Amino acid sequence: MSTAIQTISLQHNRITLALHQLQDGAGRPLLLLHGLGESAVNIASLPLSWAGPIWALDFTGHGASTVPRGGGYSAEILMADVDVALRYLGEATVLGRGLGGYVAFLIAGARPSLVRGAVIVDGPGLTGGSIHATSSSEIPVAGPRVGQAPDPWALIELSRDARPPNYAVTFTHLAVATSGLDDPIAVTCKVSPPWIEAIKAEAGVMTDITMQDALDIYAAI
Amino acid sequence: MSTDTRTYPGARQPDRFRQVNADNVGIAVYEWGRESDPVVFLVHGGSDFARTFDVFGPLIADAGWRVVTWDHRGHGDSDYAEMYSWDADIRDALAVMTSTTDTAAPVVAHSKGGALMMQLIEASPYRASRMVNIDGMPSKRRMPDVPDHDQTRLMANEIGSWLDNRHNAATAIRKPGTLVDLAARRAKMNPRLSIEWLEYLVTVGARHEADGWRWKLDPSMRFGGFGPWRPEWSALRMASLPIPFLGLLGTVDEPMGWGARARDVLPWIPQGGRLEVLEDIGHFIHIEDPQRVSKLVLDFLS
Repeated sequence: MSTAIQTISLQHNRITLALHQLQDGAGRPLLLLHGLGESAVNIASLPLSWAGPIWALDFTGHGASTVPRGGGYSAEILMADVDVALRYLGEATVLGRGLGGYVAFLIAGARPSLVRGAVIVDGPGLTGGSIHATSSSEIPVAGPRVGQAPDPWALIELSRDARPPNYAVTFTHLAVATSGLDDPIAVTCKVSPPWIEAIKAEAGVMTDITMQDALDIYAAI
Repeated sequence: MSTDTRTYPGARQPDRFRQVNADNVGIAVYEWGRESDPVVFLVHGGSDFARTFDVFGPLIADAGWRVVTWDHRGHGDSDYAEMYSWDADIRDALAVMTSTTDTAAPVVAHSKGGALMMQLIEASPYRASRMVNIDGMPSKRRMPDVPDHDQTRLMANEIGSWLDNRHNAATAIRKPGTLVDLAARRAKMNPRLSIEWLEYLVTVGARHEADGWRWKLDPSMRFGGFGPWRPEWSALRMASLPIPFLGLLGTVDEPMGWGARARDVLPWIPQGGRLEVLEDIGHFIHIEDPQRVSKLVLDFLS
């Protein structure tokens, strides 16, 4: 599953996103979201089983997607990357590793009718920054690798973006309220930062479950 | 007078213009006053642009200051960027400051610019010697009478609308119109500012193209919305400011204002700082009453 069958270019504002098809098949697609500083190539090697088509997205500033000038990243912008991919794919189950897990979780709340289950897996960028914005005060410099993927600004900004637990809980409520699924979110990660701890306590979030078991449940929907 | 030009009493175009490269985003920088005078930075708010200081800036410059201001990315004559964020705006600001002086200088900032500068100063206190915050102080008031489930629904609508906007942003263009049309549109957001001023702003904040005038503001930008940011973070930043501080607050709510009240702000004024409440004035305090505000600012700077 590590080589793309095809790569589609999608436009998100001034960014061209690369969406790679990794596996053909009938039925609902599985969309894979990589971790911070990774790309679709990395997430493609995740050992999993899914009967339908599998796609993997390169986030803005990562892989074969556009590296923008001057940063300005947020997890919400990456959520909009995924929304562009979902507009192309239609209903999908979304699995994200690390930062991709947080983004999968956000889009499950933002587009509950399109996301048929979001699976959160351990990986780079799962924790995010401080939950208290004033704790982080350094104004960083990106260095000489600017313009190359993974974009240094993505690594800087998306490793310190604030993820307050109550903000995460709101997205859980959004997913539960309108997805029509009993458990629209599956937490399979071992690492448990405050935003994960907060959502684990909410109804509609599966815990103590493996990645493959969660995928099997969502595949049966 | 040509139909394409306007003047306004006291408005003066900047004495100098330059561009600063901020991580490959071009930032338009404007100055009034002698280059040898001490520097003061003016910072505009969201949806605004540097030339909104065309009256206030010269009043400060004429008192012996080198006034430096800039268009935030996506605003005025600065480049459109692929992405926008507060952190990016702060880095752009730091690039302008660094291009101007190595020493701490006073900062006078309006609305969103005030909140941006509080974050910058908290991070780099050595960059600023004093701060005047013009109605850019935090308000903790957030839909207080709306039940939780309705707030969740409103947030769902807001997120959906924001995502829909992202799909269309790449091809978005601003609606053209006559100079008078654009001023009338802006009057809906700036209801307390005179139509003469707003028509003047069109001539410095919009482009005249074959099919009419268009505001320069990047059409892909969308203000308001949602995110993890909480007003109390800004309050904590304000309380932590280690430099002399003057806050200015009007008492009349406006569409572009923050709705902050003295009672919201006073508990967070930094040690030794002070808050001036100007009665019967709206969000654009320095534009409504430039003489009074410039006097307050100059007294504070001196």
